[in-house]
Amino acid sequence: MSFKTKFGVAAALALSVSATAVCAEEMKIAFIDPLSGPFASTGSNGLHQFEFAADKLVNEKGGILGGTTFKVDGFDNKASPQESLIQLQVAIDQGYKVIVQGNSSGVAHALTDAIEKHNKRNPDSRVLFLNYAAVDPALTNDDCNFWHFRFDANADIKMDVLTDVIKDNQDIKKVYIIGQDYSFGKAVSAAANSMLKEKRPDIEVVGDELHPIGKVKDFTPYARKIVSSGADAVITGNWGADMLGLGKALVANGFSGPVYTYYAAGSGITAAFGEAGKGVIRLVAEGQLNPPPNDQVVEYYKAYKAKYPDGNIDQPRIYNTIGFLSAAIEKAGTADDVVSIGKAMEGMEWDSIFGTKLMMRAEDHQVIQNMHVLVHTNEGVTFDYDNSGFGTVTESTIDMAGMDSPTTCKMDRP
Amino acid sequence: MDLVVINLIDGLVTGLLLFLLSSGLTLIFSMMGVLNFAHASFYMLGAYFAYQISLYVGFWPGLIIAPVLVGVLGALVERYGLRRVHQYGHVPELIFTFGLALLIEEIVQFFWGKNIVPFEEPAALQFALFNIGGNAVPAYKVFMIFVAIAIFLGLLYVLTKTRVGMIIQAALSYPKTVEALGHNVPLIFMGVFGVGTALAGVAGVIAGPVLGTFPGMAFLLGSIVFVTIVIGGLGSLFGALVASLLIGWLTTFAATYNFEFASILTAFGMERPEDLSESYLRDLWVLTLPQIGPILPYLLMVLILVVRPYGLFGKRDA
Repeated sequence: MSFKTKFGVAAALALSVSATAVCAEEMKIAFIDPLSGPFASTGSNGLHQFEFAADKLVNEKGGILGGTTFKVDGFDNKASPQESLIQLQVAIDQGYKVIVQGNSSGVAHALTDAIEKHNKRNPDSRVLFLNYAAVDPALTNDDCNFWHFRFDANADIKMDVLTDVIKDNQDIKKVYIIGQDYSFGKAVSAAANSMLKEKRPDIEVVGDELHPIGKVKDFTPYARKIVSSGADAVITGNWGADMLGLGKALVANGFSGPVYTYYAAGSGITAAFGEAGKGVIRLVAEGQLNPPPNDQVVEYYKAYKAKYPDGNIDQPRIYNTIGFLSAAIEKAGTADDVVSIGKAMEGMEWDSIFGTKLMMRAEDHQVIQNMHVLVHTNEGVTFDYDNSGFGTVTESTIDMAGMDSPTTCKMDRP
Repeated sequence: MDLVVINLIDGLVTGLLLFLLSSGLTLIFSMMGVLNFAHASFYMLGAYFAYQISLYVGFWPGLIIAPVLVGVLGALVERYGLRRVHQYGHVPELIFTFGLALLIEEIVQFFWGKNIVPFEEPAALQFALFNIGGNAVPAYKVFMIFVAIAIFLGLLYVLTKTRVGMIIQAALSYPKTVEALGHNVPLIFMGVFGVGTALAGVAGVIAGPVLGTFPGMAFLLGSIVFVTIVIGGLGSLFGALVASLLIGWLTTFAATYNFEFASILTAFGMERPEDLSESYLRDLWVLTLPQIGPILPYLLMVLILVVRPYGLFGKRDA
């Protein structure tokens, strides 16, 4: 009898302990991106921004749902899809609920595929995939699934914004398109070709090519080719060392027209461009820094600089990802059930401090937000990148870009 | 035509840069019989040292100081690392240099971070020296050419015309005899290793501002340097020069001309199928020369190994 009572008390105690443990638990987020190799800088800066956003938005406010905190851990995928799948398995085995990844759509394809299969086979350990930068349109079209959410505008939306700007620039008669040889580079090229044809049929595409990703040592020959083609503007989706190499070679070899890019800022790239890239390099991006849209941005940026004096907030979408996720968890009322969190995110609207509203389109899980075309300069820069005095200043804004862009996504919901 | 001339110049720059790296590597190999996997890491160290020095005293002192520092570091690595490992044979030596390459990359990331550092050309050389058909040739590139050629001539002179060079050459072939004649062969080895790595350092200093100074720079160039010395013939300085220039021009021209492989297929009388996804040759139909440019040196290496296993100017089997 007494034994039974004791057992009952112990069981009750254990239950109550585990109940409090549930309340004050941790939401573990696995960051799977390159932390070594040629793209290490892009990856490690992203990780810092994730950790900082998690601390500022969730942990320092005492967590969400009465004490759930966010913990972001880096998993080095060496920019390889195979390695990413290994790291994904490790993360799932260690109880991570959310996977974030952004660098390389090739990796994103591998992950979204693996996560869909895993979630189907293992309903007990399902994970969400928050993609903060892999912009191949296919991820929210033919290859979409319920578990994948994209917080960056996809390549088509970005190209839509860029071509809107190019459309109004009558000086541009010839355009050269160059990109890295993989799914994203091909998507950029396809979008640029079709949209230019539609918006400015008089523009001639004088070159359209792909180069091996992360393998080109010297971009001089490419720059030569572009200059001698007589192009007035260049469009490229290059990132990391490939972006820097291409941009520097273009400027050094006498190209002076606008270079429209997706990822030519931060991670040392802005500092390395310096004076040479002034007024030449333009990028399409979300989130406005210069001029700062409000005081919250100023405060957030200064706090980040205090923690990482050598870092930049070059990806406001990382802030958005963490903010949106925490809002969705609050809305769903659970940090355990990723299906409810996923459903809460569908169609949800959330206001970012970076001067835009975010709307997660339910039919394809593509976020819709204000997009900007920024110019690399040192004039009117409140927050520079890489402590270089140079930064990106907003030139034009498209509100809720790609709001009614079509999608071919047909997803099965759990 | 303009483009051909400009490509010859660009290819020359790439080739000479590669030569600065491969000359040191091939000298070290012919002397010690060990492939130094960390050679490109010394190139990276050169760039980072020069960047750090340029923050205080500008680019020019860095051009001298950084390679000297790298050379001293290389000599120390030989004296206190490689020489101890040497007695256990070649495999431990290979593993040692391999580990050293990884270590140097981590150290560089530790001190300078993973970002690209803003290492710039000196202001005095930031202008276009001349134009060929709208293509600017930066003064800095011409400067690179002169530095590389000066070093090649200097090296050639030392190796063939001086007493030191004679002893080095003798130590290459008959180390035991040279030692018996009273020369300090281990010291010569250390010197050659130091000079070899210093040359890599020079390459790093002058390439850093153009190709970007970041922790992945050694990895990008590492494998191509080995290809160069295999093509040129292991241990041959002249071979290293020829192979470097060959690879420089090969990659430059391949990247510039959008030659489509589809035109070969049509020349064979084949027709481009409407639906490429069904075709067995779909990759060939859409392939262009710039896409395969970076693998051409490796292709050349395989060909050379098949036809002349000891390389273009090598004297013994690789």
